[in-house]
Amino acid sequence: MVGSKRLSSRLLFLYLPLAFFTVFLLFPFYWMLIISLKPNSLLLNMKINPLFLTQATLEHYRYLLTNTDFPRWAWNTAVVTFGSTFLSLTSSILMGYALGRFRFRGGNLAGTAIFLAYLIPPTLLFIPLSQVVARFGLYNTYWALILTYPTFLVPFASWLLMGYFRTIPRELEECAMIDGASRFQAMRRIILPLALPGVLSAGIFSFTLSWNEFLYALVFMGSGEMKTIPVGTVSDLIRADVFQWGPLMAAALLGSVPVAIAYMFFVDQYVSGLTAGAVKG
Amino acid sequence: MTTAPARTAVQALPSTWRERVRQWLDSEPVLAYVFMSPGWLILLLFMSYPFVLGIWISLTDRSVGLPGGEFVGLRNYWELLQDSVFRSTVINTFIYGFVTVPFKLLLGLLLALLLNQVFPLRNLLRAALLLPWIVPTALSSLAWLMLYDAVLSPFSWMLKDWGLVESNIAFLGTRTNAIISLCIANIWRGTPFFAVAILAGLQAVPQELHEAAAIEGANSLQRFFAVTLPVIKGIIVITTLFSIIWTFADFQLVYVLTKGGPANSTHIFGTFAWQEGIGGAGKLGMGAAVSLYMFPILAVLSALLLRYVRSQEA
Repeated sequence: MVGSKRLSSRLLFLYLPLAFFTVFLLFPFYWMLIISLKPNSLLLNMKINPLFLTQATLEHYRYLLTNTDFPRWAWNTAVVTFGSTFLSLTSSILMGYALGRFRFRGGNLAGTAIFLAYLIPPTLLFIPLSQVVARFGLYNTYWALILTYPTFLVPFASWLLMGYFRTIPRELEECAMIDGASRFQAMRRIILPLALPGVLSAGIFSFTLSWNEFLYALVFMGSGEMKTIPVGTVSDLIRADVFQWGPLMAAALLGSVPVAIAYMFFVDQYVSGLTAGAVKG
Repeated sequence: MTTAPARTAVQALPSTWRERVRQWLDSEPVLAYVFMSPGWLILLLFMSYPFVLGIWISLTDRSVGLPGGEFVGLRNYWELLQDSVFRSTVINTFIYGFVTVPFKLLLGLLLALLLNQVFPLRNLLRAALLLPWIVPTALSSLAWLMLYDAVLSPFSWMLKDWGLVESNIAFLGTRTNAIISLCIANIWRGTPFFAVAILAGLQAVPQELHEAAAIEGANSLQRFFAVTLPVIKGIIVITTLFSIIWTFADFQLVYVLTKGGPANSTHIFGTFAWQEGIGGAGKLGMGAAVSLYMFPILAVLSALLLRYVRSQEA
């Protein structure tokens, strides 16, 4: 009696709402998947129920990988993502270390400036930045994105790492330095390994944000063969309002897979990064 | 004989020089500035400089292909105020940035409270339900573009199948429909962010307090307001401010779904700046002015956020 009452209340207050959220949040992904596998003949036939897959084909994936520039976009995205992540992570480790562990004049001011820089959105800067990119001769090169993505990656990653470095007691490296280690050895051998979860979080975030970036890639990479996956898919696969939904959904799915994988492996780092960076400040 | 002292001098010089550099680097303030320099160099070149340049460009009639441009004072800003498309852009941005927030907050809070329960496959579900937030928005927006398609939309199909509507719904065909559709897609993307942030905050809620309140006879709603809410209040405020800033300054979702259409009626600041400055006529000065109209509101929101974060730290 008590058990069944408990079960029905769990059903009503837990499983039912969870089912609602699952359908709401995952339906678009389900849709991408079935459309990417559905033959064109069934796709446009509105007499049959469009919600289910009765017949599957890999034709859209074959088309995407052989008849479009998608592989090239994937390569571009990877180059830009790894380049900007590496650059941002290196400068952010140094910046976060300085802000988190050194006492110096202007330290608080620098921390505040970093926080405010994190709040400046790309939509505020992209027009003058396109002029800067052109003036430096970077337009339509990988450097255009590798050097501009750090403007939103460095503030975030530095802020995150600053928090991590602050939690490590100063005595640890002071002891190491008394034992004869130089500051750099103490930093590399003792502090950095302890801050590794933070470095990992910052790295995954930088990877995701670079992979997903759209506006700078749209404006600074004009030609078809320099485009990234999001920009190429949105602008080149949609031609003159003729939607090739199959290949489009296949591209949307394939383009999401790397970040989904990175995140599935490191979901805890991701969540702690999200909360440390975005919520604690 | 004569070469020996010279050699020592040559050897001594680098060693004292190196010694001096090492001493210099041992001072924390110096090392701090050395460490910060790569980061600040990037931010100065690609953030501060374009920001100042943007203010200058917005005061000129510079356009794509015509470098320089003439100083026109505040004319771009003035002309925008007369422009009905810009005025609707302002309204749209406020709807998009502010009206979606209570939905994201409530749904996110609810989802966080659900995910904080114990049930089978909890970790898998927690991971899967964050997906809308982490995948590239431009790509997930393509799925929404098809879900909203005038002919192929499965929503229209279902509603027709259930006999609720006669013909397909023009989800993106009129201004009102398109703005509602944009807001729903935005709520879809933003809810998981709220959920995960609040879920992290819920870990800090002391379990003993809950139990004590339950013994005192408080029901679950009372316990939520008396015990849970005070602990997660800080996270809720900060998450909300972040979300408003990001949504206010969004671009991709609107660009992919409507490009500001139909008839320029659904632009937000970002897409209108793009259309004025890059996409359409290439009026860089005008586009820069559109972007900079965002600045006052962003400054106010950032100041609020900064003050709140400071007060939490203290």
